[in-house]
Amino acid sequence: MADEVKLYAVGGSPFVCRVKIALNLKGIEYQNFEEDLSNKSADLLKYNPVYKKVPVLVHNGKPISESLVVVEYIDDVWKGVPILPQDPYEKAVARFWAKFIDDKCIPAIFKVFGSNGDKQAISEACEQLQILENELASKGNKFFGGDNINLVDITADFLAYWLEIIEEATEIKLVTKDKFPKITEWADNFVNCQVVKEILPPREHLLAFFRKRFGKA
Amino acid sequence: MAKRGEIKLLGTAASPYVNRVQFVLNLKSIEYEFIEENLACKSELLLTSNPVYKKIPVLFHANKPPICESLVIIEYLDEFQPDVHRILPSVPVDRADNRFWANYVDNKYFPLYEELRQTPGKEDKEAIKKQIIEGSVLLEEAFEKFSNGKAYFGGDDLGYLDVVLGCFIAWIEFSSKRNEFNAFDEVKTPKLAKWAERIRSHESLKGAIPGNETLMNFYLMLQIHKPPRAT
Repeated sequence: MADEVKLYAVGGSPFVCRVKIALNLKGIEYQNFEEDLSNKSADLLKYNPVYKKVPVLVHNGKPISESLVVVEYIDDVWKGVPILPQDPYEKAVARFWAKFIDDKCIPAIFKVFGSNGDKQAISEACEQLQILENELASKGNKFFGGDNINLVDITADFLAYWLEIIEEATEIKLVTKDKFPKITEWADNFVNCQVVKEILPPREHLLAFFRKRFGKA
Repeated sequence: MAKRGEIKLLGTAASPYVNRVQFVLNLKSIEYEFIEENLACKSELLLTSNPVYKKIPVLFHANKPPICESLVIIEYLDEFQPDVHRILPSVPVDRADNRFWANYVDNKYFPLYEELRQTPGKEDKEAIKKQIIEGSVLLEEAFEKFSNGKAYFGGDDLGYLDVVLGCFIAWIEFSSKRNEFNAFDEVKTPKLAKWAERIRSHESLKGAIPGNETLMNFYLMLQIHKPPRAT
């Protein structure tokens, strides 16, 4: 029986793109249902009643939500290119860093732009970014996953692509090559990965969106 | 099987995040050494083993670098010792379902209790209590789905969500008493109310559930170090 894979998505969302990268990495074909978040589809509300958010993956009729839960599900079901290491300890390390990026890093960065560049918010965000910078520096690899991208790289997709666009839209600079050379290099490598490049939303669309969102249009 | 002396857990008895790791260690019959941490004055061991968060629990396994974050630790223990009392189910979609609700408990539900503690003013507190009860009702529905008529989220025996939510029972009851409401209301959430009793009295868990005095001491420390917001 052929697999039926549907993705309820918003193309511009970094959280949705995490799932798209994972699907692309494994070579999984799926149907994309683009959502209008101001007018959510009945399907989305049915498949994610708790949060009513994207991404939602529906595999053979069964819905899975929360981007990192979906990515781990994809890795669990489809073999091929691994997203998580096999070794339990290495897996734990990857999950730790993915959680750090999701729970600490990204919210701290959102706060910077939400507060229109408040100094305290910038300082806190830089603290979290420095932790990531140190981690990349200490391992000396191309990606958090080593030679290839893994769960951590995928989780950090926002930092590699969206962040720079919001910085341009708001004229608030967080990640400079001087301050965060490793993150800058990693970001460049990440967005040039074939599986990532293919699914990233167009830069001009995001720039226009963020200019409007942050009132600089 | 972990050898004696191979596993150490750095934590404090009052922390539900530590308790949930203890639950799993107990269920898997893994012997471990408990190192009590003083959160009011964090030790060198904690600061060096968890420099990112400076939080407990931290798991030390043989000579491996430390593992932090309670849910990460639990999955590690489950993968390291899958044959004794499996915590997460083996079917991928069930695993995903379990992880989704663990996420909900940690990111949405339990933070409400801390919000309740920190919020001044009766009206604002009432609003949070209402949110807590709405959350409890959602968890009641989840319980119905997962338990499928049996005693636990995991079915006949304790599973991931029993551990992930069960570790908060003592604090939920503590908070309910202090704030004069019932988070696991017997009318709105009858199954959860009964489930909580089972958790409290379970052989493998009750040793790791903190008593009232432990909770009170921790609560008083929180009131000092993270005082409620001013009105």
